Amino acid sequence: MNDQSNTQVNAASVALNSQKAEPAVISATRPFYWSVRRELWEHPSIYLAPLAVAGVTLSGFLIASLGRALTTQDLALRRQILEEPPLFAALLVMLAAFIVTIFYCLDALYGERRDRSILFWKSLPVSDLTAVLAKASIPLVAIPLITFAITVATQWLMLLVSTAVLAGSGLSVATLWTHWPQMWLMLLYHLLAVHSLWYAPFYAWMLLVSAWARRTPFLWAFLPLLVCSFVERIAFNTWHFAAFLGYRLSGEVAGAELKAGSMAMDPTMFTPGRLLSSPGLWAGLIFAALCIAAAARLRRYRGPI
Amino acid sequence: MACIEVRGLRKAFGTNIALDGVNLQVEEGRILGLIGPNGAGKTTALNAILGLIPYEGELRVLGRNPWIERDQLMCNVSFISDVAVLPRWIRVSQALEYVAGVHPRFDRAKAEGFLAKTTIPHKSKVRELSKGMVTQLHLALVMSIDARLLVLDEPTLGLDVLYRKQFYDSLLNDYFDRSRTIVVTTHQVEEIQNVLTDVMFINRGRIVLDSSMDELESRYLEVTVHPEQVAATRALKPIHERQAIGRSILLFDRRANQSIDRQQLAELGEVHTPSIADLFVAVIGNQQAQGAAR
Repeated sequence: MNDQSNTQVNAASVALNSQKAEPAVISATRPFYWSVRRELWEHPSIYLAPLAVAGVTLSGFLIASLGRALTTQDLALRRQILEEPPLFAALLVMLAAFIVTIFYCLDALYGERRDRSILFWKSLPVSDLTAVLAKASIPLVAIPLITFAITVATQWLMLLVSTAVLAGSGLSVATLWTHWPQMWLMLLYHLLAVHSLWYAPFYAWMLLVSAWARRTPFLWAFLPLLVCSFVERIAFNTWHFAAFLGYRLSGEVAGAELKAGSMAMDPTMFTPGRLLSSPGLWAGLIFAALCIAAAARLRRYRGPI
Repeated sequence: MACIEVRGLRKAFGTNIALDGVNLQVEEGRILGLIGPNGAGKTTALNAILGLIPYEGELRVLGRNPWIERDQLMCNVSFISDVAVLPRWIRVSQALEYVAGVHPRFDRAKAEGFLAKTTIPHKSKVRELSKGMVTQLHLALVMSIDARLLVLDEPTLGLDVLYRKQFYDSLLNDYFDRSRTIVVTTHQVEEIQNVLTDVMFINRGRIVLDSSMDELESRYLEVTVHPEQVAATRALKPIHERQAIGRSILLFDRRANQSIDRQQLAELGEVHTPSIADLFVAVIGNQQAQGAAR
């Protein structure tokens, strides 16, 4: 690959003898890496919002749960009280991350046109595809990993405190920790399988709308879905489209169904085979790829608004 | 090889024709002023050259097609399209890091050097800087890129006269050398008059004047005459006439009327070379009047 571009450069310099040296070939990953960093600079809420939620649940845990656990004399109840908050924290952090993702996707290609900075970004040697891929990698890779790191850190702190309390009251702490490493693995699987791959078409759709819309990308992203549902309801008296969206959002096929309170994930939910053999996953990924390609193409045509 | 080669460039927005068959060629090492009234197509032409909009016609910038190869082209082309495009959330240090990260020809030390001469703090965000500082920052970034073509579209819009002067001074002293090419559009024509090597007037999507400054000086003459000489001077067919406190100033195009020489005009009044601004008013003003008459 590198050899090829080198020969191309050589050929170009021979052909255009009068020109100065062509620029040093810059590796393709460098603009991508810096574009991702710039997204994180621009949108600190990607990590600040889940961090804030984690902080709130942590202080809630320290004040309320710890207080209740210490006042009760029933040792079994004490253990139970301390086991719940880590699960609850995971749900809240994931919810926060999900909301942040929606706002990020709708602003990613719209905000830069609204504040005219797209002209600055386009004045640098970064292709539209690189820029859009960097933006797509935020919901697909960065946010799931950040969510994972924040959740694990929060749960770990909670477990540490619980361990101290339980050890202080003479209870065995071994059982408290045994199933967590497996839980964390499951959490990572869930985030990558559901939040990244299974939801990819939603993110890509929102990115496409944010590249296209001249105003109110939020409305343009969600109104068509609502309109489709209602038109179908009026025309055919069915809810297939809405049901399809609901099915897609539930993340059921992806194997790790997560409902409030059912966080005690058991290994039966770890079903990558079922996920990878589901046509829904691949259809969704193809749709996502098409949306991202269209968004990159649109960005080439779009100027400031 | 020409830096920019344009043949039959057309661009329409709906029914509004912004560029109507523009032909131009800019050689390396020139400083070209692209001057025209509002809505003449200056920005559209620059946007096409920079690969920001699709167009009809032939266009080569440094031998590349800008619409297809914008990202490669930007290794050798920089532009400041107007003062407000640096993202407001970015910190000065982040802007330096980012450009250093993505641009193979960016010299960070040089940029730091330029910034050291200003009062811009590294930790500030762009939104905290004054308009003049934002321009200084953008200019520091752009001047530290070893580009072969620099495009400036109204770079000094909304700046006070001190910053404007400084802007062009540093551009000439710290940046320009004979191997680079600069294309600039501005409304403050008088300020760039001495900077330019070439000038183009654009009106209603067409190039109406394309000349080097040297050519311009030998081609156009202006004579200031007292009222009693006006009739005699008018007989020589000036292309434009305007009044100044008790006297008339008449502008002659020696290409249109080759019999005129300096000596002849000097007998009628005070002869001088017209400023670009006066020439602009004469050439574009005549066109607008003809357009209105039709």
